[in-house]
Amino acid sequence: MNIVLKVAGAATLALGLAGAASAQEKLKIGFIYVGPVGDHGWTYQHDQGRKAIEAAFPGKVETTYIENVPEADSERSIEQLARTGHKLIFTTSFGFMEPTLKVAQKYPNVNFEHATGYKRAKNLATYSGKFHEGRYVQGVIAGKMTKTGTIGYVASFPIPEVVSGINAFMLGAQSVNPNVKVKIVWASTWFDPGKEADAAKALLDQGADIITQHTDSPAPLQQAEARGKFAFGQASDMIRFAPKGQLTAIIDDWAPYYVERTRAQLEGKWQSQDVWDGFAKGKVKMAPYTNMPDDVKKLAQETEEAIKTGKLNPFKCPVFDQTGKEVKCEGNGALSDAQVLSMNYYVKGIDDKLPK
Amino acid sequence: MIGFWESILLTVITAATPLLIAALGELIVEKSGVLNLGVEGMMAVGASTGFAVATLTDSSLTGVLAGIGAGMALSLVFALVTLGFAANQVAAGLALTILGLGLAGLIGAKFVGTSRIAIPPIHIPGLSELPLVGKLVFGQSPFFYLSVALAVGVAWFLKKTRAGLSLRSIGENHSSAHALGLKVLRTRLLAILFGGACAGLAGAYLSLVYTPFWSPGMTAGRGWIALALVVFASWLPLRVFLGAYLFGGATILQMHAQAASLGLPSQALSAFPYIATIIALVLISMRRVGATPAPGSLGTAFVPPR
Repeated sequence: MNIVLKVAGAATLALGLAGAASAQEKLKIGFIYVGPVGDHGWTYQHDQGRKAIEAAFPGKVETTYIENVPEADSERSIEQLARTGHKLIFTTSFGFMEPTLKVAQKYPNVNFEHATGYKRAKNLATYSGKFHEGRYVQGVIAGKMTKTGTIGYVASFPIPEVVSGINAFMLGAQSVNPNVKVKIVWASTWFDPGKEADAAKALLDQGADIITQHTDSPAPLQQAEARGKFAFGQASDMIRFAPKGQLTAIIDDWAPYYVERTRAQLEGKWQSQDVWDGFAKGKVKMAPYTNMPDDVKKLAQETEEAIKTGKLNPFKCPVFDQTGKEVKCEGNGALSDAQVLSMNYYVKGIDDKLPK
Repeated sequence: MIGFWESILLTVITAATPLLIAALGELIVEKSGVLNLGVEGMMAVGASTGFAVATLTDSSLTGVLAGIGAGMALSLVFALVTLGFAANQVAAGLALTILGLGLAGLIGAKFVGTSRIAIPPIHIPGLSELPLVGKLVFGQSPFFYLSVALAVGVAWFLKKTRAGLSLRSIGENHSSAHALGLKVLRTRLLAILFGGACAGLAGAYLSLVYTPFWSPGMTAGRGWIALALVVFASWLPLRVFLGAYLFGGATILQMHAQAASLGLPSQALSAFPYIATIIALVLISMRRVGATPAPGSLGTAFVPPR
């Protein structure tokens, strides 16, 4: 598999570089993708951001991307971009963290941006999205919409990003439906449509009537649609896979951030930073609210608005863990970002054991 | 409660069917003495071509046939290299996987993000509504009946027919078979094509029934599992059947165990299908009743003496 990805990556690189050689004065920006731009999810959304840069600075920038870069063997791809005159390089998967840091140290005159990581340097910034804000809204909708009182959650791996998503979802659901139950199946994969579909079927068979997912394919959504049940899309609007079943979807919108950082680079004002935005900066958005009654739609919109304006924090204190113990409040009236980014426990009301 | 178990069984069948079809194809290939490690690649090409053609022609049947054709076309490349040029089969098979996955992405590129209605299960008025057996026996996907027929057919072919005997003897010792006047290369070519057709069919099942859309990487290692099943089933068709269902069943059951919050660690549960299938098939082989070792000429190239 890795070999395939490498070959595909190298081919794309060759094409990209051929196009890049002609214009010297333009700012060259590089992207490293973990998946194919056609995954209709995570990488697709990053590529939309790249296109937004091209559109925002016509004639001033030139972008290159390498797709399907395996995380373990990404260093040479990143370095290739650095060596060929790219002055701003975005690496868009958690696993690119160490390789990006290494290359950044080797090329102090190139600026790097790494998504979802936490290691920074003078020329290496990090950025991510508060996807749990969207999950809270989903929870509110699911809590209102469920008739069986049981929601199915197709999860990937027990890392803090996924766990905080489950917790935010549950807190949202509990806010409108205190007795709501969630059943969780860990598919142990980010992308295996068959397995994700099987997980959704198992959850539906066990009485869940709403499915939500933290895996990347539209398969669970499609299963819910096939059975006349409801579900949420992941990373991009997946309505065409479930016109009658999708309630909404969390959309990762990287475009404004990419445009902003490109402008900073062009004006010579680029600085290393750590940015973690959500609804407020438009980095996380919700797809249109569909297939639900007007009152639920209104509630969802109000919840989204409240989070956006800062009136509501999904992890507002007090937060109780599974044992009923109150979690220490380290933020301003809510859990701190650091607490959310390292979350390794379930909140009260989740009747399951977190795999560790 | 009956509805619940019926539903689980239906899910198990959906998960096991592609493995069974692909593994049966590879079984015939290996029985003829050829090791084709390219199942994953042929499956991927079958999935993308099947989906693309079904979408373009708006006909699922045409899509399925195109998937089969694509698998066969790719296996023909393998046949050319390994039979024609007597190249190393392991290397050629791995290359075929790489080629297939890349090609599948290319063929399917325009179809990413489109969705289709799954090919529906058959419905026989009267019979399909019977309690208990109705849905399980008379209301399955056409692919299910095809896979069962394939399992029985392959077993019958290998054991009861003259052609099957020839194929097996070629796989056991190609030089002796050649000395006896059997057409070694022609038989192997047909076996490889059959394997390609099965892998393509299994791929088309993925993108047209299991999860009706195309996305690169959607085979997710099923071709490799099919390959492993053939070995663990000691090259016996009915054991391949058993293995595919055991694996599919264990996969679904561990998900139900998770959903029911039994409190078992999910990592262990995820590994369970692999462990259970390996242990079960090894235990069966240990009884030595009807256990067959690998075909004698498996993986070795045959160059006819001049």
